[in-house]
Amino acid sequence: MQQIPVSLLTLVAGVVITLFSLWVGQHHSLLPEQASQQAPLVDGFFNIMVTIATALFVVVEGTILIFLWKFRHRQGDDTDGAPVEGNLPLEVFWTAIPTIIVIVLGIYSVDVYGRMGGLDTHNHAPSHVAQMPGTALAATWNDASGMEMAAPVNEPEIGIGAASDRPQKPADLAVDVTGMQFAWIFNYPDSGVMSSELHVPVGADVQLNLAATDVIHSLWVPQFRLKQDAIPGIPTKLRFVATKVGNYPIVCTELCGGYHGSMRSQVVVHTPAEFESWLAENRIAQQELKQAVAVNPAELSTSDFLAPYTQKMGIESIVHSH
Amino acid sequence: MTLEIPRNHPPGNEASTVVVAGTTHHPQAWKWYHYFTFNVDHKVIGIQYLVTAFLFYLIGGLMAVAMRAELATPDADLLEPNLYNAFMTNHGTIMIFFWIVPSAIGGFGNFLVPLMVGARDMAFPKLNAIAFWLNPPAGLLLLASFFFGGGSQSGWTAYPPLSLVTAPTAQTLWVLAIVLVGTSSILGSLNFVITILFMKVPSMKWDQVPLFCWAILATSVLALVSTPVLAAGLILLLFDLHFGTSFFKPDAGGNVVLYQHLFWFYSHPAVYLMILPIFGIMSEVIPVHARKPIFGYKAIAYSSLAICLVGLFVWVHHMFTSGTPGWMRMFFTISTLIVAVPTGVKIFGWVATLWGGKIRFTSAMLFAVGLLMMFVLGGIGGVTLGTAPFDVHVHDTYYVVGHFHYVLFGGSVFGIYAGIYHWFPKITGRMMNETLGRIHFILTFIGTNLTFLPMHELGLQGMPRRVAMYDPQFTSINEICTIGAYVLGISVIPFTINILWSWVAGKKAGDNPWNAMTLEWTTSSPPLIENWEVLPVVTHGPYDYGVHNAEVQTATVTEASA
Ligand code: HEM
Ligand SMILES: [Cu+2]
Ligand SMILES: [Cu+2]
Repeated sequence: MQQIPVSLLTLVAGVVITLFSLWVGQHHSLLPEQASQQAPLVDGFFNIMVTIATALFVVVEGTILIFLWKFRHRQGDDTDGAPVEGNLPLEVFWTAIPTIIVIVLGIYSVDVYGRMGGLDTHNHAPSHVAQMPGTALAATWNDASGMEMAAPVNEPEIGIGAASDRPQKPADLAVDVTGMQFAWIFNYPDSGVMSSELHVPVGADVQLNLAATDVIHSLWVPQFRLKQDAIPGIPTKLRFVATKVGNYPIVCTELCGGYHGSMRSQVVVHTPAEFESWLAENRIAQQELKQAVAVNPAELSTSDFLAPYTQKMGIESIVHSH
Repeated sequence: MTLEIPRNHPPGNEASTVVVAGTTHHPQAWKWYHYFTFNVDHKVIGIQYLVTAFLFYLIGGLMAVAMRAELATPDADLLEPNLYNAFMTNHGTIMIFFWIVPSAIGGFGNFLVPLMVGARDMAFPKLNAIAFWLNPPAGLLLLASFFFGGGSQSGWTAYPPLSLVTAPTAQTLWVLAIVLVGTSSILGSLNFVITILFMKVPSMKWDQVPLFCWAILATSVLALVSTPVLAAGLILLLFDLHFGTSFFKPDAGGNVVLYQHLFWFYSHPAVYLMILPIFGIMSEVIPVHARKPIFGYKAIAYSSLAICLVGLFVWVHHMFTSGTPGWMRMFFTISTLIVAVPTGVKIFGWVATLWGGKIRFTSAMLFAVGLLMMFVLGGIGGVTLGTAPFDVHVHDTYYVVGHFHYVLFGGSVFGIYAGIYHWFPKITGRMMNETLGRIHFILTFIGTNLTFLPMHELGLQGMPRRVAMYDPQFTSINEICTIGAYVLGISVIPFTINILWSWVAGKKAGDNPWNAMTLEWTTSSPPLIENWEVLPVVTHGPYDYGVHNAEVQTATVTEASA
């Protein structure tokens, strides 16, 4: 066989490994489908890490295997290997390369995290006090200008906030989320609707205000690539824009007791029109329910108490915009 | 066991003239029952740690196999969910606090450190024995907790409020158990620091101290700094449980996230407590069986210290989705990524040690190389988890379970096995059976990858961790993991047989079966009670393979029979 120079072999191997890693980074299909604005950001970042990881993995594991084979002990040879104790340039090289890689990754991750809304700490989401109740939500998220009325009370500062393309803007829709052993309750403060599933309109900037009544829970939607703990005593938030109509699982990821594994729900991403009708149906149904069940008025806030009556009387907006 | 006086000293270790004072207050050799007593000999204590830890490993392993059997199907049909959580909690707790830490630090550290630095015992032998004897009662408390409300069920992390409201008596016993082993670890660490710093033979220069000792030194410092913080956190938890305080009770003004900071301030360094001594074992095993000096002695020694220092400032990466503000999430992303650098330096150093060697594929070396290969994947997975944007997706999912088993099983446990195959001849005076060793290795290597590699995909796709029931779409991948776990369960059988059989009837090892250069091989196997009749004089570095090639060739290479 003809002798192939080592440098040429190395070069070819380098090119092949690079191409292979790039290909793996784009085609690994390890992640589920993307259904939020943040998902492509996370996935883009993950793909880069997969590319680097593949290259590193192949090079290091390959080197180990080649060394194991090449430098295996042969029968009858009782000598020791060459007494090489170090090589400064080599050591500098393999300290510097990982340092550069992790610094670049670190900076890039800050950038991605910022674009996801992770660095937002402002309180500018709508809160109960400032809410326009249930009316024409479709209009609300197109025109949020009328919402910045009162200073929000007790706004969560921790969690994922406004994405970097919406700084200082309040969310289109706020949902209060309560985690309890072993269920999620989603409360639409604007419309008084309560649900065990999360319903959101596609394309809307939604803010979940998370709370927990008993122990810590954590809300995860794998297709959104987003997760935030619901912590007793500390309000947190999770803001996202769903980009794809469909049903996606909601999973509790913080151990919360024996049936933690069954604390599952789903998020239903509707078209705006569908969402409106879902909201309307539920509002009516729940209000009828409230009337049917003898509620203790002392437990309700004034507007909650009055809501069924005012609505019948068509004076809803008066009561709520006091 | 009889006392054997080393007749032929290994090459390069000229006998010195330091003579031991009379040892009349000791028996000539320890009898079997001495191993069940309050014995102050560091070697006895080391063996006590190793054997006790291995028994706990078997218990923790059985719990793991039961969990995996449960997870073979999506429904909670085999174990009742609360029992699943109790197994999950105690499996994690046992594996960390009763297997890895006591065997790697307590077991190997105690047996080897004095022998490696040429000391006759640890600095404070009585303290050492006390440290060991805190472990059995701690273990009993943990096992007893199963009789009170079904065992502690809030995970090895014991986050409040869950840990305050589920099985409070069991949780109390759990806290007491951890505080006991924590105390043991503090006492042990103090002993190691003093022994390594002040008790090495004068003829040993600082750059001749074996890397295992550097690793134990770094580990001990880390344990001394971080363990008290864990103890503090757990004692506050205990107060909340029993004395009406409300440090972590949200409805009474407590802060649950504070606990997480206290917990992870210890428990992130704890992962280095579990891996640094193992790194030390790697640095001893690889040069011996590759017949090469360790590549980059200084880099490997310093990187331990760097890991130990940086490792103190990364704990919030466990809390990216918890109650932490954005800036904290970013700061700890960067610091976490930086830990990868000194870790990488070690890996590259070991790979370079292989280059140009005469690699002998003994069982010890197979496990060391297996560790190297698995740790690459575990480390890469760790870097991805260190970045906040990605961690938000996979935190508390099976991706994390896959990752930490790669570093803990593939890293720590493989290293412990490598260490056992390597030093068993020194500890018992007998060789282990290499065929059984290879079977053990192959089963373990296949089993580990089969169990834990698919878990990464489970997590990415949407399966949370710590669940007894899951979405049926994940069934087939879970079946693979469960089969892997069965293979792992079986893999322990050839190992246990090997240990028991070899201890009684293995081939006699001689003083230095691997032709190794560190000081523990200059005494008899098993070592004399006072370690050496005459203290050795260090005439060469611990890894001078090939440096005195001529001398070494004259020695008869007593290789393990294949
Ligand atoms: C036979 C081998 C093993 C199997 C099959 C196994 C399996 C498991 C399983 C199924 C879980 C529960 C995961 C979850 O729901 O979060 C778990 C958790 C855990 N395992 Fe293992 N494991 C094995 C060995 C080990 C070893 C050697 C260690 C070494 C330290 C270890 C450390 C842990 C820890 C720390 C946890 C976390 C417990 C918690 O979430 O509180 N495991 N393991
Ligand atoms: Cu849960
Ligand atoms: Cu950590």
